[in-house]
Amino acid sequence: MIETIIQGLLLGGLYCIFALGLSLMFGVMRLTNIALGDQIIISGFIAIGIAAILGLNVLLIGICILPIAFISGYLFQRMVLNPTLSKDPLPSLVVTFGLSIVIQNVLQEVFSANPRSLDSGGLNTESFSIGADLHIGVLPVIIFITAIICTYGLQLLFAKTALGRSFRAVSDDKEVAELMGMSAKKVYATATGIAFCLIAIAGIFQSIRTTVAPADGPSLLLFAFEAVIIGGMGSFWGTFVGAMVLGISQQIGFKFDPGWGIWFGHLVFIIILFIKPNGLFPKTKG
Amino acid sequence: MSSAIIETNKLNAHYGDAKVLFDIDFKLYPGEIIGVLGANGAGKSTFLKAITGLLKVSPEMYTLKGKHAGGMEPGDIVKQGVAMVPEGRRLFPSMSVEENLLMGSFAGRKGRWDLKAIYDLFPVLKEKRNVPSTSLSGGQQQMVAIGRALMSNPEVLLCDEISLGLAPVIIKDIYDSLPNIVSDGMSVVVVEQDVTVSQKCSQRLYCLQEGRVSLEGKSDELTREQISQAYFGI
Repeated sequence: MIETIIQGLLLGGLYCIFALGLSLMFGVMRLTNIALGDQIIISGFIAIGIAAILGLNVLLIGICILPIAFISGYLFQRMVLNPTLSKDPLPSLVVTFGLSIVIQNVLQEVFSANPRSLDSGGLNTESFSIGADLHIGVLPVIIFITAIICTYGLQLLFAKTALGRSFRAVSDDKEVAELMGMSAKKVYATATGIAFCLIAIAGIFQSIRTTVAPADGPSLLLFAFEAVIIGGMGSFWGTFVGAMVLGISQQIGFKFDPGWGIWFGHLVFIIILFIKPNGLFPKTKG
Repeated sequence: MSSAIIETNKLNAHYGDAKVLFDIDFKLYPGEIIGVLGANGAGKSTFLKAITGLLKVSPEMYTLKGKHAGGMEPGDIVKQGVAMVPEGRRLFPSMSVEENLLMGSFAGRKGRWDLKAIYDLFPVLKEKRNVPSTSLSGGQQQMVAIGRALMSNPEVLLCDEISLGLAPVIIKDIYDSLPNIVSDGMSVVVVEQDVTVSQKCSQRLYCLQEGRVSLEGKSDELTREQISQAYFGI
């Protein structure tokens, strides 16, 4: 049982990184990014492409890809998403849904439907033992620690910095934030830039841990959604806890039967949705 | 008299297809306190929205410090020295008192107003600096809203119905702080429904009715009858 819970927590670390970008964009802009899963996948393919062309190791690929991700996110928000933002959530949903389809088709056209993975020099198979029976993978532990750092970093950014205050201000009241001298469009773009960095990290980890294929995006989006909704939309530690709950639930399901893991996660998600429709840690508003 | 810091010339404004302001001619001079009166729906808040850039108007209809400002972004207008205390206070609910005040300094204008000056003006806020803004009383929230606007060190302070929903004694306290606020030459536009308050605190009055200026004059020269007629149209 202890092993199941530990493996669940480690799996939850990956789901947490999937979900933080979604939580950030929703928290700041009330925007639900339907293309998140496909953006994770395309990040994985870009990382694989950089590795193939430049022959860099995983760490250097991460260093290369993060600035690209931030700039892409910033420009994507300024040019595509900002015009869709209004009190009506439908335009941004439609645009990101359309983007999701475009990404899947472009990836399929360029890379074919075959799954690929990023060579990490054996990092994905390394493990260590605790006691006689408990074997823990090094990569899942790295992913879990990264999830904690990202969650804590975002929380710190929001609570302690001027940039975080501007995120909260436009989220609370965009009109008054603009009366303080802010450009909501620039604040939104910065938030999406950061969200895309998280998406890129998720893509790199996903492509090392397992494989990425053009059609994988929607299932990753589903896990991210479930983690965010279990935790309560707009709360980073809530998202972290939501991801852990989802990871542990799936691992318990896998323990019963290898085919049960995913739907067991869905089942727990639905139960929590019934009991606490706003999630475990909903963002409180005054 | 020196040139106007804010001037509107036949200002018209629309919400979609509906025209809500009609040919508003308005002047605000440095150091002046102006009252804008009117009933609900007269266009007072809409007028302030046009001045702050929240509602876009044609460039030539609105002049700020001698330059066309119609169509400018709200953030750029704040940086030019125009700050607003919005109707209903509209503090940021996720923030503490001090965080709300700090938001006012985002425009980066230097001047007399900083956290210390705000706490000197409203000492009660210093005691409550770390509490959530939503836990304050209405009057204290209004102090935060005024302090937040002052933190941008404005040359023009726009106050939109700051007495709304407050007890008379609190309203008196807030208006009593006005002379201290404007002592360094700041101009103030006070939008109010309360004729007595507006007439008492201002040097000139504009009365709006159905989006039009129905009366304009020096506050101490206008009679209650003139104001009532312009206010209610009877």
